[in-house]
Order: sequence, then C-alpha cells, then structure tokens
Amino acid sequence: MSDTLIFSMEVFLNGLMAGVLYALVALGFVLIYKASGIFNYAQGVMALFAALTLVGIMDGQVPFSHLINAALGTDIHHFGWHVPAFIGIILSMGVMVILAWIVQKVIFRHLVGQEPIILFMATIGLAYFMEGLGDIMWGSDIKKLDVGLPQGINIAIDEATYGIFGYGFFIDNLDIVATIIAALLVGVLVIFSQYTKQGRAMRAVADDHQAALSVGINLNFIWVMVWSVAGFVALVAGIMWGTKSGVQFSLSLIALKALPVLMLGGFTSIPGAIVGGLIIGVGEKMFEFLIGPMIGGATENWFAYVLALIFLVFRPQGLFGEKIIERV
Amino acid sequence: MKKTLITAAVAGMVAAAPAFADLTFSALSYRTGPYAANGIPFADGYQDYFTLLNERDGGIGGEKINLVECETGYNTEKGVECYESTKGEGALVYQPLSTGITYQLIPKATADGIPVHSMGYGRTSAKNGEVFRNIFNYPANYWDGASVAVKYLLGENGGSLAGKKIALVYHNSAYGKEPIRTLEEAAKKHGFELSLLPVDHPGQEQKSQWLQIRRDRPDYVLMWGWGVMNQVAIQEAVNIRFNMENFIGIWWSGSENDVLPAGDGANGYKALTFHNVGDDFPVFDDIQKYVVDSGKAAGAGDQIGTALYNRGLYAAMLAAEAAKTAQGIHGVSAITPAQMRDGMEALEITEAKMASLGLPGFGPSFNVSCQNHGGDGMVAVAQWDASAKSWGLITGFEQSDQDILNPLIEEDSAAFAAENGITPGCN
Repeated sequence: MSDTLIFSMEVFLNGLMAGVLYALVALGFVLIYKASGIFNYAQGVMALFAALTLVGIMDGQVPFSHLINAALGTDIHHFGWHVPAFIGIILSMGVMVILAWIVQKVIFRHLVGQEPIILFMATIGLAYFMEGLGDIMWGSDIKKLDVGLPQGINIAIDEATYGIFGYGFFIDNLDIVATIIAALLVGVLVIFSQYTKQGRAMRAVADDHQAALSVGINLNFIWVMVWSVAGFVALVAGIMWGTKSGVQFSLSLIALKALPVLMLGGFTSIPGAIVGGLIIGVGEKMFEFLIGPMIGGATENWFAYVLALIFLVFRPQGLFGEKIIERV
Repeated sequence: MKKTLITAAVAGMVAAAPAFADLTFSALSYRTGPYAANGIPFADGYQDYFTLLNERDGGIGGEKINLVECETGYNTEKGVECYESTKGEGALVYQPLSTGITYQLIPKATADGIPVHSMGYGRTSAKNGEVFRNIFNYPANYWDGASVAVKYLLGENGGSLAGKKIALVYHNSAYGKEPIRTLEEAAKKHGFELSLLPVDHPGQEQKSQWLQIRRDRPDYVLMWGWGVMNQVAIQEAVNIRFNMENFIGIWWSGSENDVLPAGDGANGYKALTFHNVGDDFPVFDDIQKYVVDSGKAAGAGDQIGTALYNRGLYAAMLAAEAAKTAQGIHGVSAITPAQMRDGMEALEITEAKMASLGLPGFGPSFNVSCQNHGGDGMVAVAQWDASAKSWGLITGFEQSDQDILNPLIEEDSAAFAAENGITPGCN
C-alpha cells in the first residue's frame, strides 16, 4: 500500500473527528432555528459564555470581581474553593437555563411574529451583550479548562495501525470522546424532537408561532426550553473546544466553522448537522492534504464554504433541510 | 433661573474637561475582543510606565504626560479611526500594536508628520529611514527574529544545518508571511530544507498541519502565530509528542497565555524576544510603590512581569527616552511630533542608561540613525519552565545575519520608494 494512501486514511479519519466538533457547534444553531425560525448569531458566544462560566465556577472565581473591587475598594478574586467538574457542569447548565429564561423574557417574548431578519438582528445584539457580560463576569484572560477529558494520541489505535500499515495513525483521544458525546447527544435530541410531546410542540412552534399559540402551546415555555437545550449544546461544544485551546474570547469564532455545516446539512435537521459536519470535516482535510500543497495550503476555511455552495446548487435547502414551497 | 442653570452646566463641563498636558502619548490598545488577553497586559505595562514617570519624576523633563488611550479591538479599521480621532490632541508618537494598522498608518502619519513606532511588528523594511522617514521599528523586526532563530539553531548543531528540516507554521496573513523570504535565503545559505505550513485565521483547527509535521518529522518547527493559533499549535505539538526543545515561536507566540493552557506539556518550548522577562528589575519596585500601591495601576496589578506587560513597559520606556532626547536636541520641554521624530532618530540606548532606569540587562544596547530606524536586530531566546510557570532567557541578545537582511531591506524599501515616488535621503 502506498504511503499516500495510508496517509490519506489517517487524514480521512481525522477529518471525520474534526467534523464531529464542527457538528457540535452546528447543533445549537439547528435546535433554535428548528424551534423558532431564528438564526442564532449568538450561538458561538453562548459556547464561550458557557465555558467561561464552567471554568469560573470550577476555579471558585468571584464573578464581577473587577467591578466589585473597583466599586468597593476590595481585593477579592476567589472564593478559595475548587468545584469538581461534574458539579461545575451542572451549575453551569443552571446558569445557561437562567440565561435562556432571561433571553426569552427580555428579548424574544416581545418579538413574537416578527420578521426573521428582526429576530436575527436581536441575536446579533445578544451576542455582543453576552460577550461583554462574559468579560465583566469572568475576565478576559485565557483559562485552562480541565474537566478530566483525555488528550493526546490514542496509543491503541497508533499501535494497531502500526501493526497493519507500518505507520501508526494519530487520532486524538479528545476527538474520540467528542465523537461519543456527539453521538449520544444526537440520539437524545432526535428522540426528544420526534417522540415527545414537548418535541412535537417545538416543531409546531417552528412552523407557525401564531398557529401554535392558537392550539394551546405555551410558546414561552417552549422557547425557554429550546434556548436551554441550545445552551447545553453550547456548553458541550465549549468544553470540547476550550479543552483544545484554553477558554478564551476567540472561542466565539467557532461559529464560523458551523456555517458551512449548516448550509450543507440544512438548518432544520439534527442528523443533517452531523452528516454535514462529517462531510465538511473530511472534505476540507482531504482537499488540504491532496490539493493544498499545490496551491500554497491554508485551504480549509474557504474550501468548506465552496463545498457547501456546491451542495446548495443541487439542494438549496441543504441535504436534510425541509423543502420550502411557496405558492403565489 | 434657566440662564443660571446653563451657566452652571457649562462651567461644570469646562471643569470636567481633561487638562491638556504638554506631552501627549497615544495608546492604541485592545482590551476587548478575541485578542484582549494579549492586549491587556501590553496596555497595562505601557500605561503603568508613564504613570510611574508622572508620579515619581513629575513627567518627562518637567512636563506631565497625558496618555490618550483608544480601543482598537485589534481591528484595522478601528485603529485608523483611533488615529484620526486622537491625532488632533497632539500625540507625539503612535504605537499601533498591529501590523495591519501600521500598514494603514504609514502613509497617513508620514503625511501628518507624526512618527510611528512599530516595535517588533509592522513593515520590516521600515528599518530604512531614508525611505520611511517617520516610521521606526527598533530594536528588532520579524526578519531579525527569523535570522536569529536560524543562528540559534546553527549554534545547537555545531554551526551547520545542512540536511536538517525546518518547518514554519505561520498565520496565513501578511504578518505570518514576513519571515518566509528571510528563511528561504537562510535555507540557501545554510543548506537546510524549509517547509511552509500556513494556518488560516483564527487557527482553532490545525490538525492538517500537525499531521503533516508528524509525517514529515522536521528537526525543528518555527512558529509565527497570534492569539488562539498559538495555544492550539502548542497543544497539537504536545499531542503528537513533538520535542518542545525544538519548537521556537516568534515573540508574539511567546507569552504566558500561549503556553499555560497546554500545562506541563509545554515545558521546554522556546520563544524569541527582544527584551528580558520576569520582574527581577529595580523598576518594578518603583512601579509597585508609585503606581500599584497608590491605586493608579492600569489594571489589577496582576500582570507585572509577564512577557507582554514587560513589552508594553519597554515600548513606553523607549518612547520616553526618545522624548528626552528630543528635548535635549531642541532645548525645549514641550516638544512637537516633528521634534519627537528627531529624538527617535537620535535615540541611543546603552546599558548604562538602562541601568539608570532600573532596567539593567532588560534590553539590548542600540543606536538609531537616519539610515537605520530599526536598531541592530538584537534578539534573545527564552524558554518556558512549566513547573515554575515562568520564562527564562537561555541566550544573550544576538545580532541577526546582516549579510542576508540588508539586501532584502534595501530591495523592499526601494520598491516602496519607487511605488510612492519617494526620493531616499536624509535631508
């Protein structure tokens, strides 16, 4: 077997793993779009905010400490305790639920029935607000996130592939964990949206706010629930990406990685987010490996969008998106 | 009654307006946005040094310092807006803290007669003062960094890099591409094989690049990264078990922020620097006494001695020393931007001067002249100790390979002069 073929297999597998990480971010977008027709520009910032909150809680950091110290002349920064990761995740989830409730009460309750562009603009404002809030609450320094997830090369795969091909494949343990978590997450979300009362109500709300209200669906509850679930997905994405690079404000830019996934997979399909993520991940990695060296490299960002656009030519609604038929 | 209220309001506004000091310095900083973690310590160091001069010495040459801070968010458009909105306040010099902003300010500041100091960033060929009359980039530039990295590796390999493989992982931008030409020339001269691995902004996903490094097994990896790209690259290097001793970053890839997220795995990682590290210098005692303890610190006072805080402090110190030089040349204390430019062009930094400032051994000695706006290209190598969570210099300040760099600077600056109709010269 040629070296190029062996290396291609390694790149292919790593592309799949990268795709899962992209899909984790895309899932949050899909959930909110599916339930409310809102393209949530703030999803990347939600991942950042969730990760900041988790690190802050785990490290016993006093929220708003700089503000408190400046106002009161005190010098407090930490409570002096360390919270285990599991409890930290639960408490962070609680914060995301409170945030979802506030977002619904303060912003979207007042925008029922508005044009999609107005809802989108509201999420842009929300993104900037949350970024500033995260900064004031937890500070802007880069934080190490350690919730006990394994990182580094998977020795078993390395040794097994070395035995077969004479070259050990690199697969990151963190990527393997992310894949397992994403699979579980998708399974639960699909079951929830297809087979539960709240899930069906969520889809009804997505179809038509006013019609859903008229049949007795509690719109406020559904939206709080959906934003809470999206907050949980953002927390999971924040943990995965934050473990790779430390929790920092550029984490909000991971949303850029989700856009081609959404274009390809469709904005309303949970399995579409996963399949789209895998296609984008594999596509960009293979293109970079095979074609990149001939054209100067650094092809991944733009190639993901080109790939998504090619799919759009043939399926404007994305691979799994709902076909919209409007009659005049 | 109405008239009285209006009068009182106007009087209040006049009283609340800032008093214009005689020496105004600008701080184009970024305390918000994706790069705030790096912008804050630099801005704190820059501001704290000027506060120290005001509090301890009463300013510079008897003139109080007025620091005008403007938030750029590390965004080129905002940076230019900051320049336009603050230049009317009489700023003596601009330090844009961004290669993108620097490129935009080169023609504007030159036309306005205001000097720009891009310390360790910006357009490398601005070292040629005969072409770039108002632009300064002392004490070192990117090409100096690339050259000294090669020089250091030569020293590690008994003076020969023949047959060695060096990979450059770089931010796919004008900044990241800066060292390529120098490294290509060095590869020809010293016989090593250079491979180029661009990383797209912002650099959160670098699997392809590090898989290639794992396959190709270069002897050394150099990095020109920024922001999240640095942390991800160092973590990926740890993941593929690349020897950290053989991984060297430029100074913008050499802060505590870059290595701390990788934990113990980052131990041994190296970075280039044009100033010293740590807080074991007398000036920090003064900063503690006159700035931090008196509640006048720019931030929480927790950044002192970090790599980027020290760089901000060093930038402020060089600006202050240039202002002193300008005051000496022109015999006035309230200098203008044009006079500041003269001071920068006549700046002499000696070890005796550094020691008198409470910064012995903090930076290299160098002179600036009309022909040379970039200093002598003296760069050191620092290494990260993960257990102590600190940087330490492992070399002295070494000069870059002038035989390689001077022709490149001459060529690039000549092209700029031709494009812009500039006749090189010192008059």
